[in-house]
Amino acid sequence: MTITNGTTGRLGRSGARLRGDGVSVVPYLMAGHTGLDTTRELGKRLVNAGVGALELGIPHNDPLADGPVIQRAAQRAVDAGVTLAGCLEVARDVADEGAAPVVLMTYVNPVLAYGVERFARDAAECGVSGVIAPDLPVEEAAATGSVLRAHGVDLVMLVAPTSSPERVAAACAASSGFVYCVTVTGITGTRTDLPAGVRSVLSTVRANTALPVAAGFGISRPDHIRDLAGHADAAVVGSALVDLVDRGQDPTPLVKELVTACD
Amino acid sequence: MIESRFGRFGGRYVPETLMAALDELDAVWSVAREDPEYWLVLHGHQDGFVGRPTPLYFAERLTEHHGGARIHFKREDLCHTGAHKLNNALGQALLAIRMGKRRIIAETGAGQHGVATATVCARFGLPCVVYMGAEDARRQEVNVRRMRMLGAEVRPVDSGSATLKDATSEAIRDWVTNVGDTHYVIGSAVGPAPYPALVRDLQRVIGDEAREQYLSAERTLPDAVVACVGGGSNAIGMFSAFVGDTDVDLIGVEAGGRGVSGVEHAAATVAGTAGVLHGSMSRILQDGAGLVRATHSVAAGLDYPGVGPEHAMLAETERARYVAVDDADAIAAFRRCTALEGIMPALETAHALHHVGDLARELGPGGRVLVCFSGRGDKDMHSVAEYEEAHR
Ligand SMILES: Cc1ncc(COP(=O)(O)O)c(C=O)c1O
Repeated sequence: MTITNGTTGRLGRSGARLRGDGVSVVPYLMAGHTGLDTTRELGKRLVNAGVGALELGIPHNDPLADGPVIQRAAQRAVDAGVTLAGCLEVARDVADEGAAPVVLMTYVNPVLAYGVERFARDAAECGVSGVIAPDLPVEEAAATGSVLRAHGVDLVMLVAPTSSPERVAAACAASSGFVYCVTVTGITGTRTDLPAGVRSVLSTVRANTALPVAAGFGISRPDHIRDLAGHADAAVVGSALVDLVDRGQDPTPLVKELVTACD
Repeated sequence: MIESRFGRFGGRYVPETLMAALDELDAVWSVAREDPEYWLVLHGHQDGFVGRPTPLYFAERLTEHHGGARIHFKREDLCHTGAHKLNNALGQALLAIRMGKRRIIAETGAGQHGVATATVCARFGLPCVVYMGAEDARRQEVNVRRMRMLGAEVRPVDSGSATLKDATSEAIRDWVTNVGDTHYVIGSAVGPAPYPALVRDLQRVIGDEAREQYLSAERTLPDAVVACVGGGSNAIGMFSAFVGDTDVDLIGVEAGGRGVSGVEHAAATVAGTAGVLHGSMSRILQDGAGLVRATHSVAAGLDYPGVGPEHAMLAETERARYVAVDDADAIAAFRRCTALEGIMPALETAHALHHVGDLARELGPGGRVLVCFSGRGDKDMHSVAEYEEAHR
């Protein structure tokens, strides 16, 4: 287990609220999807709906790990000229609610363009607790991770069903806040059923870390959340919510339904 | 050991899901490239199927036209399917078979790499899916038909700018999803490690043959070796045989589109900045926010916002230099070469040929230029006609 140094985000470590009975829900919103003001309002509403953390996606126009729903959301934000600085302001307002940690999900290139040091400083200043970078595997993460952690921001590493035991151990050792376990061999997007192997991946991760473990990709329904009980501390729900936002609907009722799935 | 980094460039910026497959590919290539049996089989196919070695050709009338510096072509246009792309597709298909991966995917811009991959898949009986930007599929319609005739499934990609960048991203997403039984035959010296080194090793046959042929025909080495650069595979294949010859200038020619002072071009080395695209750190065309910029070139095979990481390093260490040639000059070079030599170049190659002219006039009689003639131009009749229609 890796204990990280430095101060923590305004709400503590990104995994601080992921533990407890049942499965914490971590909703994902694409920042600026239908305008930054809408994201701010939705974000505030969701952190007050009993979630474990809020994940805020930073739009990029080459989102390699994302399926059509999140690709489209990112493109809408990019086309509307949403900037990383604007996303950080939204993160600040949502974190200021004091209700749940805010974690950013971003591809590495927008961070490199912004400047890693400047990004870490500004994210910390906005009360961001952690960062998830889906194109930053352990081999490439060390430098970025140490800059973020020096500012008290976690870098959450990902583990996939294809990860070897050695890679799982390395990712767990390099992670802080929590460990993100990708449930499917694939990109983001909703699925009807969770894959059969998900529990074994989760238990391998568990055996390698004392950090909370979040499952993500393909999770959209209350029965998915119930299936994960006892295996994952948290479930990240992305495409299902982003799809609702895309159609101009409020994702809050679905989030509330998921939050109470294990009651 | 296969290089993962080229100076500060390269690396593996991909989803964790792919890391195991990249490790496997690295391990398999480490063994295969030292295995005489692998090369024996590859050489057998190169002889009979690809048509190697390709000739070295003295371009007598272009030499005269440009003032006397001796101009030679390394004739990759005479490879089966009409471009150097088959060298790489063939080598990677043999690797896929070694790994027991029966399903093949590829991305394509001009369609040349897609055709090459579809061709080797037909030859070895492997199912093949090719991702192609919808805009490119329109520009290179004949190649779409060729791929389908060869049994490949062509999937047009509508996202983003609907060109090579988007097709590459979509191929990577397919690979993330089907990595267990699928090998991704990337088409240029780009992507996460070990691809840039693997593709270079498979294209190096161009440079090795050309160097030997040149020495035996001319009894000396050229002053300059020139190649066009999209992702950079024909150029790196050519350059890697001459990198140790420090007196030989290495020059990569990128697509200047409507001018590198604007944004409608694809000259990532000349006008780009360091960044991450498609799994590696290299020079890319991006805006201040790190978003990948839309590119333009009359040559679909050069219309790509990045460049292989080894070129980024060669540029930074100044072992090679990179220039941009715009659409209009490439079209003029296409016409000139066709009229004077009776050899119709691919529009990609025509970019290099324009610079060869400049260089030859600079060097004068006694100068020597060797250019990688990366492909034939039949596929471009439509693009040339369209360009000339629009610029009459
Ligand atoms: C004939 C020809 N030359 C050059 C290229 C550019 O690719 P690369 O830079 O990888 O050689 C292409 C790409 O499609 C091509 O078809």
